[in-house]
Amino acid sequence: MARSAAIEGATASLKRRVIIGVLALLLVGGAVAALAAFGYGRAAARESYDRLLLGAANDIAEAISIQNGAPVVDLPVAAFQLLALAPDDRIYYSVRGPGGEVLTGATGALPNPTPTDSPSFFDASMADERARFVTLSRRFAERSFSGTVSVTVGQTLRARTEMALGLTRDALIAAAIGGIALLAAAVWVIERAMRPLRHIADQLAGRDPHDLTPMDAAVPAEVAVMVGAMNRFMARLDRQVAAMRNLISDTAHQLRTPVAALRVQAELASAEEDDARRDLILTRLQRRTRSLGELLDQMLSRALVIHRTDAARRVSLDLRDVALDVIESRDHELVAPNRDVVLEIGEAAVMVMADTLSLSEALRNLLGNALKHGAGRVRVGASREGTRACLWVEDSGPGPSAAVLERIGERFEKTAASVGQSAGLGLSIARAVAQAFGGELLLGATAQGFRATISLPAQEEQI
Amino acid sequence: MTRLMMLVIALISAAAPALAQQDGPEARARFGPADGPAMVLRSTTDIAVLGPTLMDFTARNPGIAVNYEQWGSNALYKISQRDCEAGHSRADAVLSSAVHQMVDLVNRGCAGSYRSPASTALPAARRWRDQLWGVTQEPAVIIYNTHLVPPQDVPHTRFALLDLMRRAEARYQGKIATYEIEASGLGYLFAFEDSLEASTFGALMEGFSRAGAVATCCSAEIIKGVSKGEYAIAYNVLGSYVNARRDPNVGVVWPQDYTLILSRGYMIPKSAEQVDSAQKLLDFLLSARGQEDLRAAGLLVSGEPEDSATPASALHTIAISPVLLVALDRQKRAQFIARWRAAFGR
Repeated sequence: MARSAAIEGATASLKRRVIIGVLALLLVGGAVAALAAFGYGRAAARESYDRLLLGAANDIAEAISIQNGAPVVDLPVAAFQLLALAPDDRIYYSVRGPGGEVLTGATGALPNPTPTDSPSFFDASMADERARFVTLSRRFAERSFSGTVSVTVGQTLRARTEMALGLTRDALIAAAIGGIALLAAAVWVIERAMRPLRHIADQLAGRDPHDLTPMDAAVPAEVAVMVGAMNRFMARLDRQVAAMRNLISDTAHQLRTPVAALRVQAELASAEEDDARRDLILTRLQRRTRSLGELLDQMLSRALVIHRTDAARRVSLDLRDVALDVIESRDHELVAPNRDVVLEIGEAAVMVMADTLSLSEALRNLLGNALKHGAGRVRVGASREGTRACLWVEDSGPGPSAAVLERIGERFEKTAASVGQSAGLGLSIARAVAQAFGGELLLGATAQGFRATISLPAQEEQI
Repeated sequence: MTRLMMLVIALISAAAPALAQQDGPEARARFGPADGPAMVLRSTTDIAVLGPTLMDFTARNPGIAVNYEQWGSNALYKISQRDCEAGHSRADAVLSSAVHQMVDLVNRGCAGSYRSPASTALPAARRWRDQLWGVTQEPAVIIYNTHLVPPQDVPHTRFALLDLMRRAEARYQGKIATYEIEASGLGYLFAFEDSLEASTFGALMEGFSRAGAVATCCSAEIIKGVSKGEYAIAYNVLGSYVNARRDPNVGVVWPQDYTLILSRGYMIPKSAEQVDSAQKLLDFLLSARGQEDLRAAGLLVSGEPEDSATPASALHTIAISPVLLVALDRQKRAQFIARWRAAFGR
């Protein structure tokens, strides 16, 4: 099913990333732990085996006695049994008299000829092998002998190294077990955390293609972000689909009557034999065709506007520019070449967050309505009124009747539309645009005449 | 094989026992191909005892010849020490019954390391640092002349021997023998182990003194003496040599209080040249075949003592460990020998 199909552009799976991350962590941590454990193990081994060394040296020192005025060592087996606790290490021992003469044990130079204190530990080599030594001295003050006898005992480092390595190994084994547990836990947690995603995928896969209702979001907060975005996306899609559906049904409904009328007129014209009557019919046909074209224009423009208001990015713009652009395009001169159109804008910028094209379209429609249905001079302007930014068109006539005003702004003003008029449609575009940008369309009489205003929340001047 | 044995015997007879105290081998023999290089094995073991084992070894390893040198233990210790200090060893392998001396050589860093499945399978008491291996197991026994010692007098324990000596019968006066510990490294080791093992040792010394015991050199001489009736009883004799000779007049007792078991130490000197052959010989000696040869030579007793009255728990293997260094300590040895001399009235 869709679940197993790899999505193009999907990056490495979370599980793999976490495993790699944890492994890297474990490797680095393991190396650090190994170093630390080895350092600790070495210190521990040194301490314990130094004690053995010292114990053996003490045993030997204890076994020194003065016989016939000379120190004599009755070398204790216990001392060597103690040293043999490091079973594979070689042993050095030497007992020296006050003048450095060898009493027993190794002859030759001591590994450390000048021990400073007693006992003193030191590292040296024993026949090409690293070894650890201790020297301690015992003073005799007897009638027949007085002086210091020093005992030096040494041992190679095999047992110490082995102990340090053993401790390191144990630490690493513990770390490895911990690491594996960590890894397993991480994989398990991810598996559980990602389960809602599977659920969502299943839900989506099983969904009716026309069902654009929001999905239930019983998911972790991190995933909820995505579900939220998806729900918002579906809502937008829903709106657009609805708009599209409306457009299609409206268009079909709207065009059926005028097109039927056109056909009838055309048939009449072709059947008419009287030239004067045929000219009359053709003129009517012409007028009908033009008004049908306008209607189509507006319907498309409305569809465009509705699409844009949902899709286009909002930018910061000046309403005066919108008004200026519409006037300067001079489209109105084509519609009503003899009418007076005046631009009324002030010094201050009138800033809003919106889409220029949508606003221009709305203004064009309002202007078209004013020219078509209004009377006298038409004024177009942009002004700031309190917290509102207004874009307006005003004609000098009385405006539509109260009854018309009531119905006006519906998507279709059927009466008007059926006779090829599109004032309702224009207003509905303007209203849709105003609402899309968080504003409203206001219609009302003023001292000069009738004014249609797109009122939007003003954007504060940049601080 | 018989011809080779003849050669061996001829060589042995050439080396008179009188040479024993001198610096040099007591006897020599060559095993394997007569020409070409040969590994040198220095040992305290009598050629006649170890010969068949070595013949079997060279027969199984055609490329290897063994020059066998038989040494007294102290002389062998000295020459090995000298070789070690010189950094050049004439011997490729050393096999000595005086394991304390071998331990000392290893402790001085004279030995090379080797690990093989056979060597690591040895119990801990029979190897040290992978440089010294105990290849044999031989008991220290009491032997007696079956004509001179009536059955009721045969000492089965040290206490019985002690009682016998205390009775001070004329029949045993001057007729009890043991190793001369100053001349024999092995004799010293046995005596030293005795001194560690039991408090009876002091009493034993006193008994030797009272019975006018004779301290003399060398297993072979002592056994010969007992066999001829020169001595009635000999204490701490290496049982393996008695077995090898099969003398009908000699009775063997494994002391029931405890029987020391000696494991001869095999070492490959660090500066040996034919290390490979020496390692092969070690592996052979530890192999099933080699152990069978050694058993046939009497050098390897199995866990069960021949004298069935001796419990297996009374067998004390002399562990190859640095503790044996104490035996070699100059002052310790001097004190020990002084005690010994006092007992033997010298």
